[in-house]
Amino acid sequence: MVSLLDIIGPVMVGPSSSHTAGACRLGLLARCLVGGTPERARIELHGSFARTGEGHGTDKAIVGGLMGFRPDDERLRTALEIAEREGLDYQFEKTKLGEDGVVHPNTARITIERGDRKSVMVGSSLGAGRVLVTEIDGYPVEVTGNYQTIVLVAEDIPGSVARIAGILAEHHLNIATLRLTRKERGGDAFMVIEIDDVPDENVRDEIRKLPWVKWAFRLEKVSA
Amino acid sequence: MYRSLQEAVRDADGQNKTLAQVALDAESRDQGRAIGEIRGALRRALEVMRGAIKQGLTGDLRSASGLVGGDAAKLHKDAVGPLAETPFRDILARALAVQEVNAAMGVIVAAPTAGGAGVLPAVLTGLAEARGLTDDQLVDALATAGLIGAVVAERASLSGAEGGCQAETGAAAAMAAGAATEMLGGTPTQVVNAVALAQQGTLGLVCDPLGGLVELPCVFRNATGAAIALAAIEMALAGITFAIPADEVIDTMGEIGREMDVRYRETAGGGLAATPTGRRLARERLVQIKTRDA
Repeated sequence: MVSLLDIIGPVMVGPSSSHTAGACRLGLLARCLVGGTPERARIELHGSFARTGEGHGTDKAIVGGLMGFRPDDERLRTALEIAEREGLDYQFEKTKLGEDGVVHPNTARITIERGDRKSVMVGSSLGAGRVLVTEIDGYPVEVTGNYQTIVLVAEDIPGSVARIAGILAEHHLNIATLRLTRKERGGDAFMVIEIDDVPDENVRDEIRKLPWVKWAFRLEKVSA
Repeated sequence: MYRSLQEAVRDADGQNKTLAQVALDAESRDQGRAIGEIRGALRRALEVMRGAIKQGLTGDLRSASGLVGGDAAKLHKDAVGPLAETPFRDILARALAVQEVNAAMGVIVAAPTAGGAGVLPAVLTGLAEARGLTDDQLVDALATAGLIGAVVAERASLSGAEGGCQAETGAAAAMAAGAATEMLGGTPTQVVNAVALAQQGTLGLVCDPLGGLVELPCVFRNATGAAIALAAIEMALAGITFAIPADEVIDTMGEIGREMDVRYRETAGGGLAATPTGRRLARERLVQIKTRDA
């Protein structure tokens, strides 16, 4: 659902809502998957993102997002210098992630590492600052960043969804959407839960403590 | 949020409200936010827009490539054309101003996108000042503009990569035309006619940025976009109706965008970007992101 504030907004550092602000939001979402600023980042750019990224500051924007800078943060202009100072080892590549008309022209695959945590996220910048994460660690997803989102990987066992939903209910968190996907039956299950309110870190920790949960992260709301 | 302007007009007429009011009602319902809070966010956006206009009109900014900068100030200070004394010229200068700030990586409001960010602030603030309108009226106009942009996003696209510049300065002009028409006292029906009259003027408009930068021709398309919006406003307020309903014009824009060759959709592969001068300037001014080819 489109919000008025998606259209009149974001307030952002220019020049491009898709190649700068949207790129920044993709960086912010990727950062959540490793729990903080990554130590190493490999960013593969597809399509228009690759061809026209430099002039739009796409590189600065994604790296800035990985460091936690939001789209209106003026540090985006010097994000690459800041990254070098802070020890974020980044690398850009041009790639083809799929056919025109199938893969959005502004798509990036971001591989990030922090400590022993490594994650791969594929996301697109749809225009006007809106983004869509389409894959996390090989699982197909649809994360817009319009909500606080909890993502987790768990063993695919009966009752897992009920248990997770129960924890959220105990914390008075209202679920907006819940999606469960898995690569195969009895394999790992991947859950993406969009929530109306801000869950505190206890919620994520409780979910992580469940023995059949392999990992869980909170993705921030990156929209207005 | 509404998926068609026809529906929005029906609700506005049925409830005896403006499109701004039904837009705010829909937003409040969708997002669970008080109308006051939404207006507060729009007010902040208005302040950033004003800041960008002011910064751009001083003319101190130049983009890193050097391709754009200083023209807003020129139009603001050295205007000698036949409409130099009118709001028209002032509005063109404001549109250039915001875009020059954008190109210099300054702070702007994407409305609906950064590439088209000059049109709406220029048209709305320029007309509001010329007519002595209030900030509340401007905030309402931003809500109307948001509604129009949301419908375009749903039915077509707001991205140059998908819809060409029809979807960026074209959509911005449609938003500005509709919002300003309402701000100046137009009925919901006049508003959507203004949207149709503006969007029809940019059908087929390509996205062909030199070197891929949001600079040339982008900065100037915001000025020409503002001019198209003003034409639409004038005609709509006179009661002129466009035979094709706004929703259908928007759908057509989307269709044309999808059919457009990829070289005209923000890849810098065609149009002005591919002219001899365009290619030369790109070579001279562009620095590539340092990459390894996969």
